[in-house]
Amino acid sequence: MDATTHAAHLHETHDAHHEEVGFLRKYVFSTDHKIIGVQYGFTALLFLLLGFLLMACMRWSIAYPGLPIPVVGGLLEKLFGSDVAAGGVLSPDLYNSFGAMHGTIMVFLAIVPLAFAAFGNYVVPLQIGAVDMAFPRVNMASFQCYFLGGVVMFASFFIPGGAAKSGWTSYSPLATMADLGHRFDGQTFWLIGMVLLITSSLLGAVNFIATIIQLRAPGMTWMRMPFFCWAQFVTAFLLLLAFPPLEAAGIMQLMDNLFGTSFFLPTGLIVAGNPVDVSGGGSPLLWQHLFWFLGHPEVYVLILPAMGIVAEIIANNTRKPIWGYKSLVYSAFAIGFLSFIVWAHHMYVTGMGTKISTFFQTTTMIISIPSVIILTCLFISLWGGSIRFNTPMLFVLAFLPMFGIGGLTGLPLGFNYSDLHLHDTYYVIAHFHYVVAPGTIFALFAGIYYWFPKITGRMMNETLGKIHFWLSLIFMNLVFMPMFAQGMAGMLRRMYNGGATYATTDGEVGLPAAILKANIGVTHAAFFLGLAQLPFIFNFFWSIKNGKKVTSDNPWDATTLEWQTPTPPPHGNFTKPVVAHRGPYEYSVPGAATDFTPQSEPDKKH
Amino acid sequence: MEIPYTVEARNDTGLYNAKVGIWLFLASEVMLFGALFSSYILLRVGADPGTWPHGLLNIPIGTFNTAVLITSSVTVVLSWAALQMRNFAKYRKFQAITIACALGFLGIKTFEYREKFGHYEVWLKNPITVKHGDKEVQTDRLLGHIEFQGTHPSFWSTATLAAKQVESFKFEPDPFHYTMTAREMAHAKKAAAGKPHEVIEIKSADVKRLSAFVPAHSTYFGIYFTLTALHALHVLGGALVIAYLWGPGAKMWKTEPERYINRVEVSGLFWHFVDLVWIFLFPVLYLL
Repeated sequence: MDATTHAAHLHETHDAHHEEVGFLRKYVFSTDHKIIGVQYGFTALLFLLLGFLLMACMRWSIAYPGLPIPVVGGLLEKLFGSDVAAGGVLSPDLYNSFGAMHGTIMVFLAIVPLAFAAFGNYVVPLQIGAVDMAFPRVNMASFQCYFLGGVVMFASFFIPGGAAKSGWTSYSPLATMADLGHRFDGQTFWLIGMVLLITSSLLGAVNFIATIIQLRAPGMTWMRMPFFCWAQFVTAFLLLLAFPPLEAAGIMQLMDNLFGTSFFLPTGLIVAGNPVDVSGGGSPLLWQHLFWFLGHPEVYVLILPAMGIVAEIIANNTRKPIWGYKSLVYSAFAIGFLSFIVWAHHMYVTGMGTKISTFFQTTTMIISIPSVIILTCLFISLWGGSIRFNTPMLFVLAFLPMFGIGGLTGLPLGFNYSDLHLHDTYYVIAHFHYVVAPGTIFALFAGIYYWFPKITGRMMNETLGKIHFWLSLIFMNLVFMPMFAQGMAGMLRRMYNGGATYATTDGEVGLPAAILKANIGVTHAAFFLGLAQLPFIFNFFWSIKNGKKVTSDNPWDATTLEWQTPTPPPHGNFTKPVVAHRGPYEYSVPGAATDFTPQSEPDKKH
Repeated sequence: MEIPYTVEARNDTGLYNAKVGIWLFLASEVMLFGALFSSYILLRVGADPGTWPHGLLNIPIGTFNTAVLITSSVTVVLSWAALQMRNFAKYRKFQAITIACALGFLGIKTFEYREKFGHYEVWLKNPITVKHGDKEVQTDRLLGHIEFQGTHPSFWSTATLAAKQVESFKFEPDPFHYTMTAREMAHAKKAAAGKPHEVIEIKSADVKRLSAFVPAHSTYFGIYFTLTALHALHVLGGALVIAYLWGPGAKMWKTEPERYINRVEVSGLFWHFVDLVWIFLFPVLYLL
């Protein structure tokens, strides 16, 4: 069938089945996985922007401590009061709040909801040929919990005492003692917000796994699933099993904050020179163990969906099958399993003992093997392809080396002897931002450019996309590369003045002038990185209404099932029963009519 | 649009959607309670000698409550079996017992909580002499009940003494303390049984710390209340679901009986999990 008549025909059927639902049911309390995916996407992108703006204020304070923030300084003073933002200067307290919330927002409210919930919700049911998620109403509840959690987190900026200020890791006893003057302090809001976010991701995870197990279309066997679905499947297991211990920890810290228990408060705790009136007997290490039991699998929650997106786009734009599909799948499983037994490599300097350190150092080195296998497969997939350099592909091609840098710089942190020097320095910041920012976020951008035509029926502008890409790539590196040097020179993270306290002039122990001066360069680069996102934001909204209309349901000539639906897919997705006849990446099959053979294409009878 | 496998099982998995969902959910619940049990172990192993309370919970009542929950587990299965035999009246009868057991459990738990909130430990600045069983001992840590202006108050703490400007209060010390071994405690309780309470007067100025048996008393009561309250919330949630299916949700039995049976089965699976958690909680918190 020719594409236009196909589309027209489908449009007709779509209208015939049009269900009369009000605006609220359709866009706010929707149970359709696609609408929920878009809801997640919009909310997460807004939080991504908020997280960036918080960081921009912090970067100013790091480069120019004590100077008022230009443009927004007055606004900050109005919003947060003159005790923490007098004259538009970020006070150390407010800096701490911004730091803690930057991490929390980026991880739990921006990247994970975008990578897992938004892309997963929209794409997974389409790719496996399902009509919807297995539990549509649970799906809606999941988004509502997430939204509520976001509101609680956001509201905490404006309560007396301000938002949580003990880092995104919320280590006890600091987290309990940071705001003793206020009973319902920022930390309490943080914990309640986290419980809501955890509930949301548990509901989502159950739904994803059940959907993938139960609702695969006929013929969609496990090994015919696109790698993106595998990545989401493993991610869902990580969320399902790693988040509950943090929920338990959150409940216990909430008890510490509100009911005066001492789960994480040691005996003989002294704060500001006075013994604290608590029973004691608790263990600060316990919090760290429970936190990182989530925290490390969370790293793979951040990266696996990104790898899934990358695999899809590489196969599509090299016009050849992914090299080592099975290795990718098995590696994803190996990562999923191993990620549960590496958590204490975040805790080498806590004094938990050399034997335990050795164990976790070993498992950490082992988990780098499947990660390298995945990256290698993706690299080799490029070999011999006639690559189409469109915007999604550019972001994906940048993802590969950027994630490579992020991953390899993690090795010195995984060895406990080198970690002793690098722990809590800017080196760590540079390392994990290379993984998440030019890594995951680039893959997410690629995903947005790639699936945008399926969602809206229009392409995003290529020229603006390329400007967005090249500027982002340059400034990302200018932001994070100098931080490696700063960290190796011993500059600690979480200092509102960027280490000015430790400045040295004549070669004494301390931070040399060049290292401190890099703060200014990084801040400028961060500013330009922000500007580089303007073409994207404009492109995104402009293209919804004015982008080039797609001429077929499959504008990228892709093989996977989401492109076999009408554009945009109606409620219920497929207009006729869908059957998978082949693997996910049958590109350039010798003898085939086109250079792509969709999964739903039946075998020719001989 | 109809989502497949909401009623009948998928061929290759042999399961309907909700059953996959509930098992996955229970897996996450195992991790939730698992983390709390692990915390219990770590806190207990790391406790300073003589600071981990034991023998303070009411074992007969706890045992009775365990029996109540196990009964409900049996009736949940029987009701599901009755439904499979298409005997709706019998299903309702058994499930009514389940709900009654759930409420009974929560009622007994509430009573236990109340008892704890009015039971105290006081840490004194200087040791005094009290009777433990048939022996006189010197101690600076007493368990017992407060009597103040003719009432037995709950939830008092060190801060309450200052806030209410209490100069002194009457204290009925227990004839035992958890620093004793289990055998000594049992002996002291037996020796003092039936004898009238000796009441002593304690000056607030002599009190180093005062705490009812509330979460703030110690990490033991902290984890006890956290675990049992979280479990009680699960009991409440499970009971609400079962009650909903028993009452207003039963309409589905007329329209989609197979789907209704699935719902009852899924709620039953959750109920068994809640019972199982208690089977671990009871020995860990009451007996060990």
